[in-house]
Amino acid sequence: MTDTALPYTAAHDHSHAEHDADHKPGFFARWFMSTNHKDIGTLYLIFAIFAGIIGGAISGVMRAELMQPGIQYLPWWVAKLHGEGTFDEAMHFWNVLITAHGLIMVFFMVMPAMIGGFGNWFVPIMIGAPDMAFPRMNNISFWLTVAGFVLLMLSPFVGVGAGTGWTVYAPLSTYGEPGPSVDFAIFSLHLAGAASILGAINFITTIFNMRAPGMTLHKMPLFAWSVLVTAFLLLLALPVLAAAITMLITDRNFGTAFYDPQYGGDPVLYQHLFWFFGHPEVYIMILPGFGIVSHIIATFSRKPVFGYLGMAYAMVAIGLVGFVVWAHHMFTTGLPVTVKMYFTAATMVIAVPTGVKIFSWIATMWGGSISFKTPMVWAIGFIFMFTVGGVTGVVLANGGVDDYMQDTYYVVAHFHYVLSLGAVFSLFAGFYYWFPKMTGKMYSEVLGHVHFWVFFAGVNLLFFPMHFLGLQGMPRRIPDYTDQYAYWNHMATVGYMVMAAGMAVFFVNIIYSLLAGKKAEANPWGEGATTLEWTLSSPPPFHQFETLPKID
Amino acid sequence: MRSFLVPTILLAAGLAFASPGSAQPAAPAPAASPAAAAPAASAAKVADPTLDAAGKPLHQAVPGVGEPVDKAFSLQQQVTPTGQEAHWFHNTILLPLITIISIFVLLLLVWVIIRYRRAANPTPSRTSHNTAIEIVWTLAPVLILVAIAIPSIKLLAAQFKPAPKGAVTLKAIGNQWFWSYEYPDNGNIQLTANMLKEEGQVGKDQRYRTDADGPRLLATDQRVVLPVGVPIRLVTTATDVIHSWAMPAFWIKLDAIPGRLNETSFIIQKEGVYFGQCSELCGARHAFMPIAVEAVSPAKFAQWVASKGGTMPGAKAEPASTTAMGNDATDATANGTTEAGPTVDATATPAPSNKPATANPAGAGNTGN
Repeated sequence: MTDTALPYTAAHDHSHAEHDADHKPGFFARWFMSTNHKDIGTLYLIFAIFAGIIGGAISGVMRAELMQPGIQYLPWWVAKLHGEGTFDEAMHFWNVLITAHGLIMVFFMVMPAMIGGFGNWFVPIMIGAPDMAFPRMNNISFWLTVAGFVLLMLSPFVGVGAGTGWTVYAPLSTYGEPGPSVDFAIFSLHLAGAASILGAINFITTIFNMRAPGMTLHKMPLFAWSVLVTAFLLLLALPVLAAAITMLITDRNFGTAFYDPQYGGDPVLYQHLFWFFGHPEVYIMILPGFGIVSHIIATFSRKPVFGYLGMAYAMVAIGLVGFVVWAHHMFTTGLPVTVKMYFTAATMVIAVPTGVKIFSWIATMWGGSISFKTPMVWAIGFIFMFTVGGVTGVVLANGGVDDYMQDTYYVVAHFHYVLSLGAVFSLFAGFYYWFPKMTGKMYSEVLGHVHFWVFFAGVNLLFFPMHFLGLQGMPRRIPDYTDQYAYWNHMATVGYMVMAAGMAVFFVNIIYSLLAGKKAEANPWGEGATTLEWTLSSPPPFHQFETLPKID
Repeated sequence: MRSFLVPTILLAAGLAFASPGSAQPAAPAPAASPAAAAPAASAAKVADPTLDAAGKPLHQAVPGVGEPVDKAFSLQQQVTPTGQEAHWFHNTILLPLITIISIFVLLLLVWVIIRYRRAANPTPSRTSHNTAIEIVWTLAPVLILVAIAIPSIKLLAAQFKPAPKGAVTLKAIGNQWFWSYEYPDNGNIQLTANMLKEEGQVGKDQRYRTDADGPRLLATDQRVVLPVGVPIRLVTTATDVIHSWAMPAFWIKLDAIPGRLNETSFIIQKEGVYFGQCSELCGARHAFMPIAVEAVSPAKFAQWVASKGGTMPGAKAEPASTTAMGNDATDATANGTTEAGPTVDATATPAPSNKPATANPAGAGNTGN
C-alpha cells in the first residue's frame, strides 16, 4: 500500500493546504458539534472508559457482597441511596446491580469502544477515506448513546431501579416490576439501539463507497472487514430488539398483552425475539476485536496475516451462522427435542470458523520475527483466553448439558472469558497499539506490561473458579449462596481486587503518557505495520487524505 | 432477613383457615396448639414416614450427595440414569477434549513465542498461505464436533423419553418466592415449600433451620417426597413470573413459565435428600426459593401419600373429604407457625392459554431411539 499523505500529486501551489487541513474549530464546536470521525472516535473512547469505570465499580460492589456467605453490604447501600429500606428492597437492589453491570458493559462500554471508538478512528483511515460517509449522523450516533446512558443512570432515581437482568425477560419486566425505572432502562436501550443502527448504516455506506482507488474488498484490512460484518449484524439484529422492547413498553403501559399469558400472550416470545438480537450481539462485541488482534499479530510478527481470505470469510461465516443459533440461550424453556437438536448442532458449527481464526493467528506468528511490545502481549493473551472461553462454549452448546449448566456460574465464567478476557483484552491491545497514533505520545512500555500481567492474573483468578461453582450447581444472579460455595467465591473476589489493581496501573499509564510520554513517530512499530494509518503523522492531521491514496 | 417469610406465612395460614382442611375431623385445625396436635394426628391417621414424632425430618442429607461440596472442582454426583449419562458425557468426552484443545493452543503459542521471538528469528518468513493446512484445520474441528454431536444428540433423546404409564406425576408451581407442588395422580396432594430461615432471623415461636433440615438457603419447611426407581413425570408452570425448577443431582432444569406447562421425566435411583434452587431471575428473593426433594422407597412413598390424605393410583379412593387435603398437621405445625398446607391453587391463576404445552416429550422425543 502506498504512502499517501505526503506526495500530493495534484496539490502544487497550495502551500497552505496543510494548514487548512489542520484547522481545528473552537473547543465547543469541536467536541460538542463534531463531525470529524477522529474526534467522534475520541469522544466514544472517553465515554466508554467512563462507562467502564462505573460498570466495573458496580461489579466491585457485587464481588464484595459475594466474598462471604450471608448478606453484608446491600442493606447499607440501599439505606445510603433510598433511606432505610426493607430486606426485599436490599435484595432488589442486587438485581439492579446485575442489570446495570450487564447493560453498561455491553451497550455503553464494549460496543462504544470497539465500534464507536476504534471503528470511527481507523476504518476511514484504513480504507483511505477522508471521513465517514455521513459525518453529522456520526455525531447523532454518539450523542444518542450518551442520552441512552443518562437514561439508564437516571433509572434507579425515578423508582426502585430496574432489576430485570440485562435480558429484561418478560413478564418480570412487564407486570413483574411496575414503576418508571424499567421504562427508563428500556428507553435507554431504544436510544443506544438507534445510535447503533445509525452507526451501522454509516459504516456500511463508508466501506462500500469510500474505499480509496485500488482498494478492493479483498485488499481491505481485516479490521475494516470486521467492522463491516459487525455493522450488518447491528443493522439486522437491533431492529428486532427494538421491536421486542417496544412491545414490553406497550405491555407495561398501554394494556397490550404480547407477553402476558392471561390474555393470550406468551413470555417465551420475548425470549425468542431478544435472543434473535442477543446472539448476534455477542459477535458484535467480539468481531471488531478479531480484526484488531489480526493487525497486531501481523505487525509485531513482521508477517502478513496468514490466510487473509479465510480470516475475512470466517468472520462472515460467524456472522451468518450467528443468526440461526439463538435458541441455545433457551434450552430449558421447554423447546421440543428436535428444536434442541437443531440448535445444538448449529451452535457447534460456529466453532469451525472460530477455530480457523485461532489457528490462522498462530500461523501468522509462525515463522515471524516477534517482538513483545505491550499490544502484542495483550493480543497473545487474547488468543489463549478466547480459546478457553470458546471451548466452554462448545460444552454449553450441547442442549442436554444445559439441563444442568443453564443459568449457573459456568455460564457466567464462559461469557466472561469471551468478553472480559476476550473482548476486553482486544480492547486493551487496540488501545496500546493505536495510542501513539491517536495521541502522538508513546505509552510507558513498563507500565503496559505490568498492567497486562496484573490484569491477566486478576481476571483468571476472578473468573476461572466460577467454572467450579457452576459445575457444583451455583445459580447466577443471587446475592447470597449456601456456605459450600464460599471458597471459590472468596477466591473470585480476591481476583477482582488484583484485577482492580491492574486497572489502576492502566490509568496511571494513560495519565503519565499523556503528560510526559515520548513523542510518537508516524510509525512506531516498524516494517510490520502496513495499514494506511501508519502512513500519517501521529496524531493524524485533522483532515486526512484530501488527495486519495492509490492502492496497488 | 427481617421480613422474610412473613407475607407468605400469613397467606398460607389464612388459606389454611379457609380451606376445607380445617373441617377435617381427624386433623385439628392448624391454629390449634401444635404440641397437642401432633400425637392426635398421628394416632388418627397414617404417620408421615419422613418425620419423627416431633415433626423433625428423619432423613438428613449425606454430605456430598444432593448438595454442593465446598472447594469442589467437578459436577455434583448424579442419581438419575440420564444424569449419569450426561455426567459421563461431560467428564469423559467434553472435559478431556476441551482441556486438550486448550493445552494444544497454549503449547503452540509457547512454541511460537520461544522459537520465533525476534532474537531467535530476526528475519521473518513471508508465508501467508498454505491451502493444505487451512483445509486440515477446518476439517479437523468438524470431525471433533461430529464426535461430540453423536453422544450429545443421544443424550437429548434420552432426556426426552416420555414418562411411561404408572409414572408419578409431580407438578411444580413457581411463585414469588416459593414453590408449591401438586401430586395430581395421588389424590391431588398439595404442598408448599418455603425456605427455612436461620435461628435469629425468625420470630420466637417460628420454625428455623436446623442441620437436620439441610444446608443454609437450601432447606425448606416441607420437602417434596418422591419414590426411587419409579419414573417421575415433572410438570412445571408458574403463577406470576418465570421461575426454573432445578435439581443438579437429577440433571434437571426446567423453566416454570406462566401460561405454559413444561414436562420432563426422570428416575431417581438412590434414596436421599437432594437440594436445588430456582434458576431463573424472578425478582427480589430469587435466591431464597430452594427446592428440596426426599427420595424414599416406593413403600414409604405410599405411606407418605396416605399420611397426606392422598391415594395411590389403582388403590381404592378414600372419601373425598380426606383426598382433597394437602394439609398435614404433623409436620406443618411442628415448630408452631409454618402451616404451609393447602395453599393457593396456583394452577388456576394463569388464565387458560390456547397453546399446547410445549415440552411435548411424547411427540418429538423419540427420534433418537
